[in-house]
Amino acid sequence: MISGSEFLRVLVASGFDFFTGVPCSLAKSLIATLEERGRYIAETREDAAVGLAAGAYMAGKQPVVIMQNSGLGVCVNALASLSLMYDFPCLLFITWRGYQGKDAPEHLIMGDISPTLLTTLKIPHQVLAKDSVPEAIRWAAETLKHTSKPVALLLPPGVMQ
Amino acid sequence: MKLAEALSIVIPLLRDELVVHANGFISRESFNISDRLGNFYMIGSMGLASSIALGVALNRPDRRVVVFDGDGNVLMNMGSLAMIGATQPQNLVHVVFDNEAYGSTGNQRTISGHVALEEIARAAGYPRAQRVDTADALRRAAPEFLAQPGPSFLLIKIEPDREERHIGRITHEPTEIASRFMLALREVPVR
Repeated sequence: MISGSEFLRVLVASGFDFFTGVPCSLAKSLIATLEERGRYIAETREDAAVGLAAGAYMAGKQPVVIMQNSGLGVCVNALASLSLMYDFPCLLFITWRGYQGKDAPEHLIMGDISPTLLTTLKIPHQVLAKDSVPEAIRWAAETLKHTSKPVALLLPPGVMQ
Repeated sequence: MKLAEALSIVIPLLRDELVVHANGFISRESFNISDRLGNFYMIGSMGLASSIALGVALNRPDRRVVVFDGDGNVLMNMGSLAMIGATQPQNLVHVVFDNEAYGSTGNQRTISGHVALEEIARAAGYPRAQRVDTADALRRAAPEFLAQPGPSFLLIKIEPDREERHIGRITHEPTEIASRFMLALREVPVR
C-alpha cells in the first residue's frame, strides 16, 4: 500500500501544486500529510472545491480536488458548466466507497455508478491499483496537459495506507 | 436603484482589479456597460463566483480580486462566506447586488429579504461588511471598499427590473473568457 506522503511526493513531482477538497477516510493519510505541510485548503462542499480549483488554475496553479465519490454527485454541474466548458483542468482524486457492492448502504448506489458517471461526463479516469499508482498519476498529469480538462483517479479501499 | 445604475457607479472606479461575475444579469449587464479583459463571466455553475474568486485571490496576493455576486448566488453557496472568513484574503472584495429575486428566471423571490447577508458575512469573519440602500450611499462606500484591505463585503440593495428588458448575452466563447482573464492576470499590478 502506498503512504500519503509517497502519494503526495509523486503528485508534486508530476507538477500538482494546489490541494483542496472534502475528506474521506480512504484518503486520510494524504490529507494528514497535506495538512502537516500547510498545503491543504479544506473546502465546505465538493462543487465549491471545483470552483476554487478553477480560480487557482487561472492564477497559474495545477490543482488537485480530493473528494469521496458521494461528492462527485454534488459537483456534477460545476464540472459540466465550469471545468469542462471553460477548459479548466484539475485532477479529481475520488475515493471509491461502495466498491464492488461491499459497504454501508448509503454508498452502494453511488459506488455502483461512479465510473459510469465519469464516462457520461466524458472525464478520462483510471482506477488506482497497489502496484501502479505512480504510473496512474503521471498518466493523469499528461492527460491534463493534452486536454486542458479534468481527469479523475478513483481510489478503491486497500490501495492507500 | 436598479442593477445598471449600481454597476455604473462601481465599474468606473475599477483599475486593474480582476472581477469575477456571477451568472445571469450581473454578467450580462456588466459586459454591456464595459467589457474588460480582467472580467471573468461565470455563465454557468451558479453559486461558485466567490469560490472561483477565492481561488484566484489566494494564489495571487499581489492582485486585487472583486466578486460581482448576487443574492441568489450567495444563498446557494453560503459555505463560501465561511471559506473567505476562514482564509482571510486581504485582496478580496465581495460585492453583492441584492434584488431579492432570481432576476434571469423571471424575478421569483429569493429569501434575502428575510436574511441580512451582510450580518452573516460579518459573523463569518469578514472584517468589513456593510449594506447600502441608495445610490448616494454606494457612491460614498464603493471607493473605500476598493481601496481598503479585505476581505470585505458590500451588500447593495437594488430593485429588480420589473419590466422585460433586452440585455445582450456575453458574446465571447467560454474558453475565450478564460484566456482573456488569464492574460489580465499575467500583467503586473499598476499600484
